[in-house]
This record gives sequence, C-alpha cells and structure tokens, in this order.
Amino acid sequence: MTRLLGRVDPNYLVLAALAVALLFVPFFLEGAGVEVAVRILMFGMLATAWNVMAGYAGLFSFGHAAYFGLGAYSGAYLLVVHGLSPWIGMVVGMVLGAAFAAMTGFLSFRYKLTGAYFVLTTFAFAEMLRLIALNLDLVNGAVGFRVPIVRDATIWDLQFAPGSPAYYYVILGMLIVTLVVTIALTRSRSGYFIVAIRDNEDAAASLGVNPLRYKLLAVSVSGALTAAGGTFYFQFLFFIDPPIAFGAPISVEILLPAIIGGMGTLWGPLVGAALLVPLSELTSSLVRSPPGFLGFLEGRSGVDLMLFGALLVAIIIFLPRGVYGTIVDRIGVSKARKRGRQRQLEGAS
Amino acid sequence: MTATTASVSGSRVDRRTAVRWATATIVALAILLLNGDRIALLVGPNRSVLLQATVTGLLIGGVYSLVSMGLTLIYGVLHIINFAHGALMTIGMYTSFLLVARTGLDPYASIVVVVALLFLFGAVIQKFLLNPIMDQSLEKKLLLTLGLSIFIENLLLVLFTPTPKAIQLPYGQGMLSLGLFDLSWPFRPFGAVATLSRTLAFVGALALAGLLYLLLQRTRFGTAIRAVADNPRGAAIVGVNVERTYLLTFGLGTACVGAAATLVLPFLSLEPTTGDAFNIIAFVVVVLGGMGNVIGALLGGILIGLTQQIGGVVFPGQSNLLGVFILFVLALYLRPDGLLGKAKA
Repeated sequence: MTRLLGRVDPNYLVLAALAVALLFVPFFLEGAGVEVAVRILMFGMLATAWNVMAGYAGLFSFGHAAYFGLGAYSGAYLLVVHGLSPWIGMVVGMVLGAAFAAMTGFLSFRYKLTGAYFVLTTFAFAEMLRLIALNLDLVNGAVGFRVPIVRDATIWDLQFAPGSPAYYYVILGMLIVTLVVTIALTRSRSGYFIVAIRDNEDAAASLGVNPLRYKLLAVSVSGALTAAGGTFYFQFLFFIDPPIAFGAPISVEILLPAIIGGMGTLWGPLVGAALLVPLSELTSSLVRSPPGFLGFLEGRSGVDLMLFGALLVAIIIFLPRGVYGTIVDRIGVSKARKRGRQRQLEGAS
Repeated sequence: MTATTASVSGSRVDRRTAVRWATATIVALAILLLNGDRIALLVGPNRSVLLQATVTGLLIGGVYSLVSMGLTLIYGVLHIINFAHGALMTIGMYTSFLLVARTGLDPYASIVVVVALLFLFGAVIQKFLLNPIMDQSLEKKLLLTLGLSIFIENLLLVLFTPTPKAIQLPYGQGMLSLGLFDLSWPFRPFGAVATLSRTLAFVGALALAGLLYLLLQRTRFGTAIRAVADNPRGAAIVGVNVERTYLLTFGLGTACVGAAATLVLPFLSLEPTTGDAFNIIAFVVVVLGGMGNVIGALLGGILIGLTQQIGGVVFPGQSNLLGVFILFVLALYLRPDGLLGKAKA
C-alpha cells in the first residue's frame, strides 16, 4: 500500500482530498454564494490553463482572450444557429482554440519572437479576432449571442435553473480535469522538456530536445483548456459579444489569479482565484451599499477596480512570486535550513 | 576578411528578403485588382474622398507619433512595456482641462504646467515603483504598469465620472495677415479640410521628434541615456548614475506624453479611458518605428494614420483598426527592429 502511494504524485492526493471537500461546498452556501463559488472555480480553471503556457513553458500570453473567445463563440454559434449541444460546441471550441494557439505560436516561434515581441503578438491576435467578430454577420457582429432558454433543460443542454448548484458541479469537474492534465503534463517527459526549454532553450536543444514541438504542445494544451472555459462562461452568463469574448479585460482577468497566486506553481492560480473573486465581490457590494463612514463611495463605480490595480502593483513589488509561490518558497527555505543544520550537527559529532 | 564579407552581404539583396518582398507585392496587387473598381472610383470622380482620407490620415498619424514618442524612449532605455502610458496621458489631459476650465488659461499655454507635472509624476513612479523591480523579468514590469493603469483609470473615473468633457478653442476659425499673403484657418490643402488644432498637433509632433533627437544626440544627458540603453553596467563603470538616468528617462517619457495630451485635448472628447485607446496604437507605432527609435516613431505614426484612414476608404465595412493590426503582426515577424532597422533573415 505505501509503495503504491509512494509512486503516485502527492499532488494527485491533494487534488482528490480537495475535490471531495469541494463537493460539499454548495450545501453550505445560498444562491449568491454558489455563484461566487462558481466564479472562483471558473477563473481558477482559466488561470490554471493560462499557467500551462505562461508559467511552465515561460511563454507569457497577454491575449488568452483569443482562445477563450473562440471557445465561447463556438459554443454560442453552434447552439444558437444550429441548435447543437454546448458540449459539442465545447469540443469544437477546444479544437479551434488549440489550432489557433498552435498556428499563431508556430509563427512566433518560427520568427523567434521573444520577450516584448512575443507578448505583443499574443495581444495583437486577440484584438484581431475581436475586430473580425465585430464585423462578421455570421456571428451577429456587435450584437453577439444570447443563450436560448430551453424548457425542461437537461445536462446535455448545459443549462440549469438560476442558482442551481449544477453549474458548480460542472465547473468543478472541468477544474479537476484541468488540474489533472496539468499534473500529468508536468510529471511527464514532455513536461520536463517544456520546463527545460523555458529555463534554457539552447541547452535543451543541444541535448536533442526539439523546442518547437514542445512549445507547440504547451500552447495547444493551454489554448484548448481555455476555450473549454470560454464555452462554460457563455452558458453561465447567458450572453457573449466581441468585447466580452475577445477584449483585453478578459485576458487580464484570466492571468491575474495566476500572478496573484503564483506563476509556474500548480496551486497558485486556484489560490489566486480564491483570493481575488471574493475580494471583487466584497468591494463591488461595498460600493453598492457602503456602511456609514464610507458613504461617499456609494454608486462610484471604479473603486473596486482601483483596489485591484493597487493590489497588482503591491503584489509585484512585495511578493513577486505570488501568494502561494512565496509560501512554498519560505517552507522550502526553512526545510533546507533544517536539513543543513542537521548535517552540521552530524558532521560535528 | 570579415569586413569584406559583411560589406558584401550588406550590399547584396538577400534571396529570402527578395522572395518576401515579391510575395508582399503580389498580395498588394491582388488587393488592388480585387478592389479595382472601388479604387478606380476613388481616383476618378471621388478623388476628394481619397484626398481627405490622406490629409486626415497624415494629421491623425501625427497624433499617434506624438503619443508614441515617450513610449519608445521608455522601451528603448528601460525595456519596460509601459501599459500606463495611455493612463498618464489621460492625467495630462484632465490637468490641462482643469486649468483651462477653472482659470481660463489658453489650452496651449497649459502645456508648461502639464509637462512639468507629468515629468515629476513619471520620475516618482520610476523611483518608488519601478526601480525596485528593474532586475525582474519583462513581464513583471509590464504587469506593474498594467496595475498602475487600471488604478489611474479608475481613480479618474471616481473623480471625474464617465461624462465626456471637451474644450473649445476660442480661435478655431480665423485669419492672420502676414503682409505678403493672408493665412486663414481651418486650412484647405488641395480642397481637403484640416482644422487648426489638428494641424498644430501635427507640427507639435514634428517639433517634439526634432527636440528629442537633438537631446539624445547632442547633449551630455542624451549621451548618458544612450549609454544606459546600450549597456547599463558599462555606463555605470564609466561613471553614469544608472538609477538616476532611469528616473529621468521615465520622467522625460511621461513629459512627452504630457505634451501630447495638451496638444490633442482641443479636438478630442475627454473620458477616463481616452488615453487607453491610444496605448494600443502607440505600441503598434513603437514596433513599426523600431523600439527606442524616436524618428522611427514619427514615421510609424504617420504610416499608421494613413493605413487606418485610406484602409477605411478602400475596405468599407471592416474596422479600420484591423489593417493596423495586420500591419503590426507583419512588422513583428518580418522587421522586429522596425521599418528603419535591419530586416530579420
């Protein structure tokens, strides 16, 4: 038994325990609370997907809206125009997201764009999709899509009564799949290559690793997972238009939890989402009905986002490795110190 | 030997470059052929439409150049993708607006106050927010400026509400007797219309580019900036105070966008997000002109202005920004050092 457990990545055990605990969350929450929980899991999932590309492969994306929007629009178009299930739309969106990520990634790698140039292309491609969608009658241009209400909807319609915990369980399942994919990828041979290429591409290439292939793998996986999140987003919010799907704000919302939690760590993005989403709910409810001493804030939209901006600046300056990343670092350092001290003692005796 | 090889390869046209240019020409020809009737229409009776688009494109391009100059300086020296540039511009515009609305100051006179204030602002940002993380990765600096821009934009939203504001130039129309001939505005070059404020912004862009170029090339301070941009450690060894140069450069960059802010205020509607819209285009201009190249930014801005306006005439129904982004991505792939830089092999 212990031998069997020894071989399993401990992260899988943490994930299993977490999943079981999360199964019971809806029993303790009311309508609005469930919605906040859904948003935490959704942005946790999206940020985890972003992290595969930016954190592990070191390919910083400022345009994940491209993949997100492709997923959202595939689901919306196939559902509204052709009456197909959102699940089919999700699969189509994942294929499109992966293909678009691979295609744009290939061009950037082929022309050896790094640093600022790579970041700016990811941004530019998302903006191009936004402008195309805005002027494309096929996808209703600036009007966008609304989820048609289905009577007697089933799980196949990915549509539930408002406030139903079913959305929660669907996104929980998607989050678990995303985390399993991330763990499996980082534990695999390909995952080691991806990290090696991030740390030193020339050294990795000189040892026979094909950088292009593994970078493409990372961006495709990230693109596909992000697109799946996009389809869910459309079903959950019932509405999508080009600025929501492909705009810069969604790119920022996707990467922010990963930055706050810790880039390049498995649990960082989820931790970041668990911190950010409730914080944003809290500030926006504060602005809506502030307590007496903060009365001047009433109805002033923008205060919540101001706080976000300040938080981002503070995290970058004081916790550049993110909340979770910093905690892990501290524990790692103290463990290493303890080990060092023990060794010193052994040496002395 | 090496020198000869270099000079030879420099004078001979690279085969791949040739193929690329040929492809670009074919694509351009195809576009021209497919839209031939429309273009024929333009050069025919509708010539004034194209002419107006060209004049407007040039003038708008001047604005883009103006906004991009500080940005290219900041990237070239500090290697910061400054997402707060547009937000800082909005601060400059609100400052100018307040000065004009409250004290009745001439809009163009407020430039002195705005430039000084934004220089100070930039220097403070660099000193307290960016200098501590100068050794961190590019993405961290990008995210910090992004956080800053979100903060500033929403602070302005809280302070000024989203209601658009505008100022009126008291002398938007007029005439000046210059002895030999009379100068009257709005100007009418070749029958197209160019308002005074837009023309002044264009002239301002040329002047600012010239001033920055002289500052960088001819002064001790400019030499220090270029030295730090090239090699911070080497500059430090020969006695340049690198941290101070960073601070002054960021200040100079934001001062430039302050000048831009006052020059565009008379013809733009002012909202908390006004500057942000320019930020994206400014990045395109900076890449086109070559990151850190002031003269390149001037030419890049004008090119983008023309692309946008003429593209809007040739391809009606498409957003006129799409062509700009296509140009942007092509420039990133084919000429990452800018149109004036070396082509990428």
